[in-house]
Amino acid sequence: MEWYLPVIWAALIGIAVGLYVILDGFDLGLGILFPAFPSDRHRDLMVNTVAPFWDGNETWLVLGGGGLLVAFPRAYAVLMPALYLPVILMLLALVFRGVAFEFRWVARTSKPWWDLAFWLGSTLAAFFQGVILGGLIQGITVAHGEFAGGPFDWATSFSVMCGLGVVAGYALLGATWLLIRTEGDLAERARELAKLLILAVLAFMAVVSLWTPIASQHIAQRWFSRPNILFLWPVPLITALIAWAGWRWLDTGREVLPFLAAIGLFLLGYLGLVISWFPYLVPPALTVWDTAAVPASQIFTLLGVVFMLPIILGYFGFVYWLFRGKVREGEGYH
Amino acid sequence: MDLDPVLLARLQFAFTVSFHIIFPAFTIGLSAYIATLEGLWIWTGTDRYHLIARFWTKIFAVSFAMGVVSGIVLSYQFGTNWSRFSTTVGNVVGPLIGYEVLTAFFLEATFLGVMLFGWNRVPPWLHVLATVIVAVGTALSAFWILSANSWMQTPAGHEIKDGIAVPVDWLSVIFNPSFPYRFAHMLTAAYLTTSFVVLAVGARYLLAGRHTEEARTMLRMAVGFIAIVAPLQVLLGDQHGLNTAKHQPMKIAAIEGHWDGSEPGAFHIVAWPNMHAERNDFAISIPRAASLLITHDPNGLFPGLKSVPASDRPPVTLVFYAFRLMILIGFAMVGTGWVGAWLWHRGRLFSTAWFLRPAANVWWAGFVAVISGWIVTESGRQPWLAYGILRTADAVSPVPAGIVLTTLILFIVVYAIIFSMGIYYINRLIHTGPTGPSILPAEHGLPSRPLSGAEEAAREALGR
Ligand code: HDD
Ligand code: HEM
Ligand code: HEM
Repeated sequence: MEWYLPVIWAALIGIAVGLYVILDGFDLGLGILFPAFPSDRHRDLMVNTVAPFWDGNETWLVLGGGGLLVAFPRAYAVLMPALYLPVILMLLALVFRGVAFEFRWVARTSKPWWDLAFWLGSTLAAFFQGVILGGLIQGITVAHGEFAGGPFDWATSFSVMCGLGVVAGYALLGATWLLIRTEGDLAERARELAKLLILAVLAFMAVVSLWTPIASQHIAQRWFSRPNILFLWPVPLITALIAWAGWRWLDTGREVLPFLAAIGLFLLGYLGLVISWFPYLVPPALTVWDTAAVPASQIFTLLGVVFMLPIILGYFGFVYWLFRGKVREGEGYH
Repeated sequence: MDLDPVLLARLQFAFTVSFHIIFPAFTIGLSAYIATLEGLWIWTGTDRYHLIARFWTKIFAVSFAMGVVSGIVLSYQFGTNWSRFSTTVGNVVGPLIGYEVLTAFFLEATFLGVMLFGWNRVPPWLHVLATVIVAVGTALSAFWILSANSWMQTPAGHEIKDGIAVPVDWLSVIFNPSFPYRFAHMLTAAYLTTSFVVLAVGARYLLAGRHTEEARTMLRMAVGFIAIVAPLQVLLGDQHGLNTAKHQPMKIAAIEGHWDGSEPGAFHIVAWPNMHAERNDFAISIPRAASLLITHDPNGLFPGLKSVPASDRPPVTLVFYAFRLMILIGFAMVGTGWVGAWLWHRGRLFSTAWFLRPAANVWWAGFVAVISGWIVTESGRQPWLAYGILRTADAVSPVPAGIVLTTLILFIVVYAIIFSMGIYYINRLIHTGPTGPSILPAEHGLPSRPLSGAEEAAREALGR
């Protein structure tokens, strides 16, 4: 079998998941930040900054999940039952926050309830995405190519920690996004919050990074054995540098750079994971090659990806460009 | 307690997918309707079309959101609840769903932003284009998902290697034998569903004497469409059934309640299929009519349920009744369309209370027909999940029944809240009706509107 096809697919799914995390990350982040912005006027503005985009952003999640089914059906068939509860709970949370987008506009007396649903939905979705990540890092019990563990294997203090870390990270993305799209007291508030959140995110990244090699022998090996460590030691250093730069940019009143710094932090965390686990897709049992679909299926869909992805990115960019600039009060709804 | 994980997984999937299909059935048609209205607005310059388009767009936004979130749930359930399904047929079904995401979902979801929020940012022609793209996107998404589903009904273009279905010829996979019929029948169903909602809303306004201009337009458009397309749907359904008789004989046997294949089949108007005694109780039947329908020969023979062991038969009663409900609604739709067209011809469409009163209350007709149709299709293929390849009972995930039951209850609670609030809000939007200034001052040289004005009007209308 062509050994490189599964690698290409792993990279594609990695990109889809990465884009999802950044794009839906900032709009989930706005929901997470709702309690910090109690006024109705602020909340309307915040929702308006993402209203035209959120559906497209969430579609990357469908591509991530769908891509796994397309290219690695066996991994999909192991991971989903293994992470059954956190996946379903995440989906239900997304249901609430998705309909809250529309419902809060048409609701009259029940608007505060939909704001609550928006906050809880966003926060729980982020939390369970982190838990799913944690469950994956811990490793999954596999026998005869099927999930063979218990329904609560994922529920450990480590995965809860990862969940909280993702909540903080998305909130940081959301706060820095607000700097770009809003102005006045709302943006000031977001700037204050972003500073606190950078510290929180760094703390979570440090704890998770130190905990991971303790939780997994394999990862300790990968990072600390020679010669790997010679190449890998800059990764934490660059992370610290970016966090410091982000802080400075917040201090000096920059609008776009803090958002890019937040994205940079996410990408580095993501890179750390890839270094830890590649080529395992279902750690520690199954690799990308063990779980790959037959070449005929991978090639057929790859053609579609090669053709469609540039077009998709093109109109994605168009819509972001169309709705650029600061949102103003009263602007926006249908 | 002894819970059956297969049964629970089936109940959960049946519940979530039936909930989901309510929204596509409406949004596929509604996006096309809004695109038509906007096109007419540009073409004729008549403001009324614009006003109606904006009114339905608000309702569309609420429905679309519910369609999207319930759809995302489904795409993950293939893994969470049917993991062995993913392993066995994932190589074939996966890419079809992948293409759906690539060609349809991104298209709909991205241009939805322009359609809903772009009124004051793009020129009218671009707005119309965005709406058309959303409408095409929803139809494309139906294309791929129905291709996947049809392959599960009538698999083709694959071979079985080590118990796993592997694609051989993609064109035969995509255009498998039941796909063209299912695609045509479902797309038409979605358009009919929407036109009955439009019909009901128009009739409601006319009876109340509100928004009469807009209501007349809605009524004319709906009646004209139904009068032509409802009969077409009966024809398409008939062809679909003939095709099914070729590929899934037991489904047809269940639809007709036909037990003994050595005799010509009767069409049972009413009956209670008795699966234990292998016959129908309380039957009122037209002798040989089913044979006439299926073989076009009153003496024609087609296989009966007894030709396979009981374990290979679908649940007859469910399929039998769901089918009759769909047919009943189908003919009622034809009747509605024709009576309406006749009244229109006579110039009495807008004043005939005996037509408007029932018409104002039939918004649900399409939804019920669509769900019944899917029950026929899906239950009728049991006990197979992928016909002849994989049984439903062998496809389920290794997840304990208690967990599946818990999430099933969660789904029911969450969807009940979402659904009742959604219906309530849509109802209120309908109650408010198409209001507000229809044409606003030009800005940036575009004959479009600064949205703040419309927003205020909308807020005022909503009483906020
Ligand atoms: C005949 C049409 C049809 C059918 C049978 C289905 N869907 Fe659907 N689906 C649509 C037609 C559609 C749509 C028109 O494209 C949606 C519906 C509402 C919507 O508002 O977009 C959509 C939305 C939608 C989404 C969200 C897309 C987005 O992010 O924009 C997903 C993931 C799915 N669906 C998945 C499924 C799955 C896994 C199904 C089968 C079990 C399924 N749909 C049946
Ligand atoms: C959207 C319209 C659809 C509706 C309303 C619908 C309805 C149903 C129902 C009622 C069942 C339960 C049948 C039973 O257990 O007796 C079912 C099962 C199932 N359907 Fe569909 N279906 C739809 C579309 C699809 C599509 C497009 C696919 C696949 C691409 C699909 C895949 C399945 C699967 C995997 C099952 C599980 C097996 C089972 O429960 O029997 N369905 N569906
Ligand atoms: C009287 C006319 C009709 C006939 C003869 C008819 C026939 C059929 C048949 C035989 C099937 C099952 C096909 C299979 O599973 O292989 C089916 C399915 C279905 N029907 Fe109908 N039908 C009619 C009217 C309608 C109407 C009015 C609607 C909705 C507005 C509708 C919506 C559906 C849907 C959504 C399905 C499931 C998807 C599919 O398999 O196409 N039908 N119909």
